Amino acid sequence: MSPAAVAALPLWAEWLVAALVLLGAGLALLGTIGLLRLPTFFERVHAPAIISTLACWCIVWGSVLYFSMESGELALHALLIAAFVSITVPVSTIFLMRAALFRARQANDNVPPNLSAPAGSPRKSS
Amino acid sequence: MTPVLQWALPLALIMLALAMGCALLRMLKGPSAQDRVLALDCMALNGMLLMLVLGLHYSSKNYFEAALLLALLSFVSTMAMAKFLLRGEVIE
Repeated sequence: MSPAAVAALPLWAEWLVAALVLLGAGLALLGTIGLLRLPTFFERVHAPAIISTLACWCIVWGSVLYFSMESGELALHALLIAAFVSITVPVSTIFLMRAALFRARQANDNVPPNLSAPAGSPRKSS
Repeated sequence: MTPVLQWALPLALIMLALAMGCALLRMLKGPSAQDRVLALDCMALNGMLLMLVLGLHYSSKNYFEAALLLALLSFVSTMAMAKFLLRGEVIE
């Protein structure tokens, strides 16, 4: 805790940073509870998306506002994290989804068939 | 001057730590391998947010590099594990 640095912020900025950070942390908790409670993998994979979009952007904007008000100049370095996360998380989620779909088809689970299979190959009727 | 941030930031830290605990629970009991990978990815994302809030709490910019590194490593490790689940090997 560093009270001297906190006291340097104006009141409206302090309330705004607190609201953004609490909103982001609450949304992260909500998304992770969804990850814990939803029944199947293909439902579960949706829940953490709110962490990488809304929660991450909320906390990052709170951080940008805090460090900008604290140092008196624009401190945009935290936006780099949000930009990086919003580029990489869809890629890794789609990759993980395809792996899960592949494994479900291998195990003959009840999932939709592969539409992009070559014409000669036998299509799975599951 | 109200001590708004002195209450809000520890509360946010507690919420993010609870979220990491939920993800850890899912990783421990996840029925399949892809559930565990997803929970690990989610936990790394929560840890990254925890680093950012920790940087706000201590009013230090040094935590920014840790958060960036955690985001980078979680992306690489999730890709590697998804590729392992898809093919059975990471580098062909």
